[in-house]
Amino acid sequence: MDIDWSQVFNFSSLIKCFIVGGLICVIGQILIDKTKLTPARILVIFVTTGVILGGIGVYQYLVDFAGSGATVPLTGFGYNLAKGVIEGAKQSGLVGVFTGGVKAAAGGIAAAVFFGYLAALISKPKMKKQ
Amino acid sequence: MNPIESKQTYQEYVEKKSPNSPILKNCFNAFWVGGLICTIGQIISNICKERGLDIATSGTIVSIILIGISAFLTGLNIFNKIGKFAGAGSLIPITGFANSIVSPAMEYKSEGYVMGVGGKMFTVAGPVLVFGISASILVGIIYMIFNTQSITFV
Repeated sequence: MDIDWSQVFNFSSLIKCFIVGGLICVIGQILIDKTKLTPARILVIFVTTGVILGGIGVYQYLVDFAGSGATVPLTGFGYNLAKGVIEGAKQSGLVGVFTGGVKAAAGGIAAAVFFGYLAALISKPKMKKQ
Repeated sequence: MNPIESKQTYQEYVEKKSPNSPILKNCFNAFWVGGLICTIGQIISNICKERGLDIATSGTIVSIILIGISAFLTGLNIFNKIGKFAGAGSLIPITGFANSIVSPAMEYKSEGYVMGVGGKMFTVAGPVLVFGISASILVGIIYMIFNTQSITFV
């Protein structure tokens, strides 16, 4: 199949993605440096923020603008959950609320479980250098 | 120079004197590494779009590829070096989620393949999923209360 590489390396889409994705990471870096939050808490905060912003529809604008710059950070994972839940609610009511979110994020979750286990199996445990 | 009077003034003095360049440097590194990871995602997603896939499917493919790469980079001890350099730049993208699954699993490998690797995989990813999924269900319930006239159960 022919791929139009000029569309793939569309400069404006890549630069928007780079800047927005970078800025979201800078927010995380400021949280790491200025607060005593552990990385685990920061991940939880980012996902929950994504769910809330996705739920009220604000995050959609960022996704439309920046594409992967907004969906690749963990806020995008939260946005995906919220979007799936709302779609599920529209389609099948209360059952959809429970099935929609995980359904939308299923690819990522399953890949993380599968590749995570596989990578841990092949890894060689290494003593931590202090 | 005035003598240092109390603990608090000492603290302020230390903060004033200690170099504040690390945070700028950290932010800069986080910015370009995070931006680069997202841009790789955008390139994959553009290729999917050119192949005629819809946005949701390409998003899933991007997640799967990035998660797969970072899981194996973590297993090979490469990702930790990137993480040390980039901080949030590699933690906040979905790569950090994969890293947070593999790292503890590797550490507890000696405790066995079921409870060691299989169980400890979720020390960080577990809370992320718990809060993410719970929050999304709350969003759905609120949505149903405000946006639909009658709540249908099926």
